[in-house]
Amino acid sequence: MSRMRRNDLFWAGVFIAPTFLGLLLFYMWPVLRTLFISFTETGPFGGSEWVGFDNYAALAQDSALWSTLWNTVKFTLVALLGIPLALVLAALLSTPGLRGVKVYRVIYFLPVVTMPAAVGLIWRTLYNGEVGVINAILGTIGLPGTNWLSNPATALYAVAVVGIWLGLGTQIVIFLAAIQGVPKDLYEAAQLDGAGRVRQFWSVTLPSISPSIFFISVLAVIGALQTFDLIFVMTGTSNPAYPQTETIVAQFYQRGFVDNQQGYAAAIAFVLLVLIVAVTAVQFRLQKKWVHYV
Amino acid sequence: MRPARFLAFSAALLLGLTACGSGGGGDAADAESGPVTISYGIWDKNQAPAMQKIADEFHAANSDITVKLQVTPFKQYWTTLQTAATGGGAPDVFWMNGPNIKLYAGNGQLLPLDGAIKEGGLDLGDYPSALVDLYTLDGKTYGIPKDFDTIGVWYNKAIFDAAKVDHPTDDWTWDDFQATARKLTDPAKGIYGAAAPVENQAGFYDTIHSAGGHIISADGTASGYGTPEALHGIEFWTSLVKDGASPTVQQMTDTSPYDMFKAGKVAMIWNGSWAAGEYNGIAELKNTVDVARIPTGPKGSISVIHGLGNVIFAKTKHPDAAEKFVAFLGSKRAAEIQAEAGAVIPAFNGTQQQWVDSMPQFNVKAYIDEVADAAAYPVSKETKTWNALETEILTKVWTGEVAAATGLKELATQMDAALAKEQ
Repeated sequence: MSRMRRNDLFWAGVFIAPTFLGLLLFYMWPVLRTLFISFTETGPFGGSEWVGFDNYAALAQDSALWSTLWNTVKFTLVALLGIPLALVLAALLSTPGLRGVKVYRVIYFLPVVTMPAAVGLIWRTLYNGEVGVINAILGTIGLPGTNWLSNPATALYAVAVVGIWLGLGTQIVIFLAAIQGVPKDLYEAAQLDGAGRVRQFWSVTLPSISPSIFFISVLAVIGALQTFDLIFVMTGTSNPAYPQTETIVAQFYQRGFVDNQQGYAAAIAFVLLVLIVAVTAVQFRLQKKWVHYV
Repeated sequence: MRPARFLAFSAALLLGLTACGSGGGGDAADAESGPVTISYGIWDKNQAPAMQKIADEFHAANSDITVKLQVTPFKQYWTTLQTAATGGGAPDVFWMNGPNIKLYAGNGQLLPLDGAIKEGGLDLGDYPSALVDLYTLDGKTYGIPKDFDTIGVWYNKAIFDAAKVDHPTDDWTWDDFQATARKLTDPAKGIYGAAAPVENQAGFYDTIHSAGGHIISADGTASGYGTPEALHGIEFWTSLVKDGASPTVQQMTDTSPYDMFKAGKVAMIWNGSWAAGEYNGIAELKNTVDVARIPTGPKGSISVIHGLGNVIFAKTKHPDAAEKFVAFLGSKRAAEIQAEAGAVIPAFNGTQQQWVDSMPQFNVKAYIDEVADAAAYPVSKETKTWNALETEILTKVWTGEVAAATGLKELATQMDAALAKEQ
């Protein structure tokens, strides 16, 4: 190896080391520890005993796992509706000659920089059955309201709407950047072929920004599958709608930190990890059919 | 760079990091000689001023020991504490309650206090024996009783007077309560006669005992939820919800019934003696609300009694300072400070009258009168496991999703299974 090349490698190592070590220390090590803990039964104040696959066997029998898993899937599907919404908003915001784009961008981005816990608290008062703004507005147009967050039929969707609202900002900003990156001559060519604004969106914009849509979808699915903070703040174990809103991570928290069954909770975390990896792998498989890399 | 060199480099970086980490906490070992600071973990911010006053007086007498209050809201207190204790970082001295004492003392997380009691000149005969027993495990005392609480019915005099209904008396009955709640309910004004939340201590524990039932058998091995008395005690509440004399569970989830009471939307609410200090401190409530004994059921007016204890973390770095502080917390003087603040009923016998006198406009004597008939607060080793079952199953009973009799059978079965696992 030449002296020059070795020198390069040395500096590459120096620059990579902090991230690499951080990843090793704060991601890989905890993942391995979690895997280890999932095969143990922990005492209330530490100390553990190897129990093999007992936690996983118990998990397969646990109706709470399946119901929270189902809640999580429903939540994720609803949360994904935010992507087409963000796309439409981004397309509208990139209308040539639109005034005040920066103001809109700030408005849509604001939720992203707000703490989810604070957002959850504010939305809780909006959703309040007695004094909430949402019921008041519905009342003025003669529609009946409900206790949105404690009615088992509505609670999950009410929380998911807030999740969409929270994620919209990031999605719009990424879509906006992608739309602005689409070569102008493509639009000119489409125009010459007689395509209107809607047709241009479907035939030029959408295929051109499909890598961004894919990227956002992957992030949104992972984020939705891991939902915890909103559910934790907006509902709670004494909420009559809790069985219909408890997500798998909320169940993980309950088992691991409230009931102090760390081994069992670690097993839940691992099931979730496998699920996320599987769903993401499927997404990567499917992208070949619809994502166009220019 | 070769792998070996890369590894060496990484290791060096890691060592550098850990060196920084341990540098910060290096001065803890040589503590006992010089001035020390100990932490005192509590959860009630309403009591923080009284606790601070106790800490200040203690510091005045022991200038080398400073006590730092750590207030954690009750909702997170136990989760945080258990995590901290596992990591060795719990406060030196902290509040303990009945549901958790067996968990902590039984797992070696608390320092036995027999030494502190002897050196501090404390006499356990100065506290109600039910509370001393609560904090005794295998003949060792792990907590010094701090205060106690019983349950009363708070009512809004303004709502009673507007509806021309007589104020409750200390000898009223279940029927009186139910009739009053229905009479005061006024849907047009959005006023409910009573609030019936899914609440154990200030709720169904008291009615089940007043009906002649129990929550857990004396030996702690069997649930009492399967009995007809328990059903009677639960229906006391569910009938209020069913008849619209109480807000629904959904409404009480959206807006806490305790807030509804303070806002004048609920005429009567069951609440512990800890609420007296809070209501006394709210100018708008101070003269519009009052309290009565819980109504007399088939077997009497039986409130559960519970009390907090002050305990020392087993891994404290300053056991001597902590013992001195806990001894002071158990003293008559500390009880008097609590009594004057009116926050809670102090456990030290003979200081309760001062607490009653601190709020002359309230009938808080009712809380003290209840002690004679009171039932012990139900606990076991893993109390919170079946507490969670209570919440989960009874919420469904309250909403009507599950019939009361069916729900209670299910609760009894699951609680029995949980208790069997403890043995």
